[in-house]
Amino acid sequence: MRNTTILAILCLLGSYFARARTVTVCPTCSFSGIKQAVAAAQAGDVVLVKKGTYREYNIELNKPLTLKGEGYPIIDGQNQGEVLSITAGGVVVEGLDIRNVGTSYIEDRAGIRVKKARGFTIRNNRLNNTFFGIYLEKSADGTVSGNHVSGEAVQEMSSGNAIHMWYCKNVLVEHNYLRGHRDGIYLEFVDSSRIRLNISEDNIRYGLHFMFSNDDDYFHNTFRRNGAGVAVMFSRRINMWENTFEHNWGRASYGLLLKEIYDAEIRDNTFRENTIGIYVEGSTRLQYRNNEFSRNGWAIKMSGGCLDNVVANNNFRYNTFDLALNSAANNNRFDGNYWSNYTGYDLGRDGRGDVPYHPVKLFNYVVNRTPEAMVLLRSLFVGLLNFSEKVSPVFTPANVADNSPLMRPITFNRTVQPKNRN
Amino acid sequence: MLKILKYSFFDLMRSRWAYIYTAFFLLLTVSLLWLSGDIAKVVASLMNVILVLAPLIATMFGVMYYYNSREFTELLLSQPIRRRHIFFGQYLGLALSLSLSLLLGVGLPFVVYGVWGSAEVWDFMMLLVVGVFLSFIFSALSFFIALRNENRIKGFGLAILVWLFFAVIYDGLFLLALSLFSDYPLENFAIGASLFNPIDLSRVLILLKLDISALMGYTGAVIQKFLGTALGMAVSMAALSVWVLLPAWGIQHVAKHKDF
Amino acid sequence: MITIDNLHKSFGRQPVLSGVTLSFDRPGIYAILGPNGSGKTTLIKSILGMAIPDKGQILFQGKDIRGQWHYRRQIDYLPQIARFPDNLRVSELLAMIEDIREEKPQAMGRLIELFGLQPYLDKRLGNLSGGTRQKVNLVQAFMYDSPVIILDEPTNGLDPVALIRLKGLLHEEKEKGKLLLATTHIMNFVEEMADEVVFLLEGHIHFKGSLDSLKRQYNETSLERAIARILQGEPGFSANGHIKQAVRLAVRR
Repeated sequence: MRNTTILAILCLLGSYFARARTVTVCPTCSFSGIKQAVAAAQAGDVVLVKKGTYREYNIELNKPLTLKGEGYPIIDGQNQGEVLSITAGGVVVEGLDIRNVGTSYIEDRAGIRVKKARGFTIRNNRLNNTFFGIYLEKSADGTVSGNHVSGEAVQEMSSGNAIHMWYCKNVLVEHNYLRGHRDGIYLEFVDSSRIRLNISEDNIRYGLHFMFSNDDDYFHNTFRRNGAGVAVMFSRRINMWENTFEHNWGRASYGLLLKEIYDAEIRDNTFRENTIGIYVEGSTRLQYRNNEFSRNGWAIKMSGGCLDNVVANNNFRYNTFDLALNSAANNNRFDGNYWSNYTGYDLGRDGRGDVPYHPVKLFNYVVNRTPEAMVLLRSLFVGLLNFSEKVSPVFTPANVADNSPLMRPITFNRTVQPKNRN
Repeated sequence: MLKILKYSFFDLMRSRWAYIYTAFFLLLTVSLLWLSGDIAKVVASLMNVILVLAPLIATMFGVMYYYNSREFTELLLSQPIRRRHIFFGQYLGLALSLSLSLLLGVGLPFVVYGVWGSAEVWDFMMLLVVGVFLSFIFSALSFFIALRNENRIKGFGLAILVWLFFAVIYDGLFLLALSLFSDYPLENFAIGASLFNPIDLSRVLILLKLDISALMGYTGAVIQKFLGTALGMAVSMAALSVWVLLPAWGIQHVAKHKDF
Repeated sequence: MITIDNLHKSFGRQPVLSGVTLSFDRPGIYAILGPNGSGKTTLIKSILGMAIPDKGQILFQGKDIRGQWHYRRQIDYLPQIARFPDNLRVSELLAMIEDIREEKPQAMGRLIELFGLQPYLDKRLGNLSGGTRQKVNLVQAFMYDSPVIILDEPTNGLDPVALIRLKGLLHEEKEKGKLLLATTHIMNFVEEMADEVVFLLEGHIHFKGSLDSLKRQYNETSLERAIARILQGEPGFSANGHIKQAVRLAVRR
């Protein structure tokens, strides 16, 4: 009885191997180098790399292979050059520990490069000190997931991005942990892609950066302690849902930076303790809904022509400034938000304040003109200044107001949180 | 000195005003905690109250206490004791009783509410430290003013004016100076100017805890870099101490040459 | 015991004492008289070190008192206005003075009994009537056995019984050979109690001597009328003063 079972399993395995051979690489095997094994493998094979250290670089995967590490074998580029490049469709790379690509000022070196390929999968790898971590160019229909990419970037000019995408389409980037690069994730001319459940932190410039990219989503990500959490520039129809932007501190630090954006939805995000929660420049027809802004320096700062935006049903809690505007022209709508700085009353008992809330304070203007005046924040004098302005507005726009401010904060249910899998 | 301090302290702690002052802070803190339940928010609200009220009350009590105990002070002066000790004793008794009212009124509800172990415990401690400093500084200033002015109305007016100056006028002039010279780099001026006003200095110390996000932008970063470090903290504490010692020295100097 | 030499004191431009020279070397009760603003209180306060003289010196038992404070251990003082910290109890006030003087008061118990203060010992001073406070004031002033007692308007606000007790006390202290200085406006009190009178006017001493010699000098039978004569400028003391002043002005020109 038992014999037949074993036989059956062997038969199954045999039939599998007949379709896809496994080429094993280990320091003592017949294939002791990856390059060697890849050259010997045929399309559809699995190249299994056993635990060990392999000092190799410029490994090209030019046929549909699965390159799989067991026990995280280390591939050390010894600062000589790129480690892996994928130039064929259907390649899977997983379980590798890729290191030391070396900095070059002539070429953008990467730990893993995907070049004009479709249907790639890069998952559960560790990349360390790889200048650019995973570099996708002119590729489509792939997945980058569960990777742990960390660098030691100190300067913007001499550092690369953890995940870099250029002219790509339909890529899923999820569950990655990215730190210590110029940008955590960079997208330029990338359409119809989805970024979710990633953690991007301690990057010099941005946690996530969209340039000229359309129809993309990002949600359930956490952006922490970056120069700015996310920057979305010159892009259309980007959905931004349920992300957390926190501790993005500095002179020009934002949770979210929007520049020349149209028709985007910013929904269910949490902006916590950023110098500026959202900085918007010249963006139109944006919807800000159900977001939590807490303890930011400025919750939202708008500059340049920002038209037809809707800010509704958000919580603004204990931000130093709720809103700063530096243009007089204004037709943005504020409606039904909770503002912890609101001091009105609700005689009608409908949960909404009876007097409008004006989120722009005179002191905003003062600080805008003379940043040093910040030291006077919360002083009695500034209180009096704001009060007199409230009584008879001269500098602040009277039409920027929430006419039905909520009396109590909204309770949001945020359930999905990114986990660091590696 | 300790003897005078002891009796002044007892006298003041039993006074109706001490009860009212303590009760006010108790009520305020309890209702804030009960209404908002968010310790960070309560600390922010209390900061506004303490920065205005602690100096004001210390100023008024200082003047009132000096003038009210004028005759008793004469009796003390006829006793075999150094002048210095009489006035320092009275001043310290006053400052301590004010501080105790503040600590009890604000501290008790917080302790009961369970501030220990919460993230805001340091914000809260800073609030108390600053409140105690302000009580010491402004009761010394007002004591000094009262000592120099036999005329009660004049002394009272002057003391309130000093409070008003530090609480409001100084900041107005400060802001005016900042906007007039906004073409120049003013970060160091801003830091310097806040060192010269104990209320501003106290406020900035709390801002560093409460509004760190906003302060990290622009100038704030410079302020944070200076005052947010251990050295900056030491400098601020030293500046506040100088603000206590300066009027205290004035008290002893005036007392030494004064006729009663 | 106390020697005052050429004492000058002015408040601002207003001279209060102008060259007062005095000595109290025999025990007894000295009444310091003079109209309001004549410098009585300033004189007393100078002796106590509360007012600091511009010129001249005060010797207490032969030692200059300037900058000293130990000598006050030998002086008891009764301030004019009996105001104490409102929220201290009577017993605490007395304990405080004992604390400061670092000396057990010999007569405290007896005095409390004498003025009937036992029921008030646990009362707060702020709740006492003016008369009771003055009694407390008397207790604190007389509870030590110091060789010098200085009293500023001791009869203020006392009921007749207490006044009699006070007079008795003063006699007693005098019998012990103490020096008592008292300012007062009550002439009966002076006539009854004082051994000697010092009369101050505009910062000068116009008379110092026994009651009898004062009356004799002005040919009056009562102290009140003698005083009135001084104040009216008869028979020449103050005229003399005016001449002096005129001469002084002339010289200055």
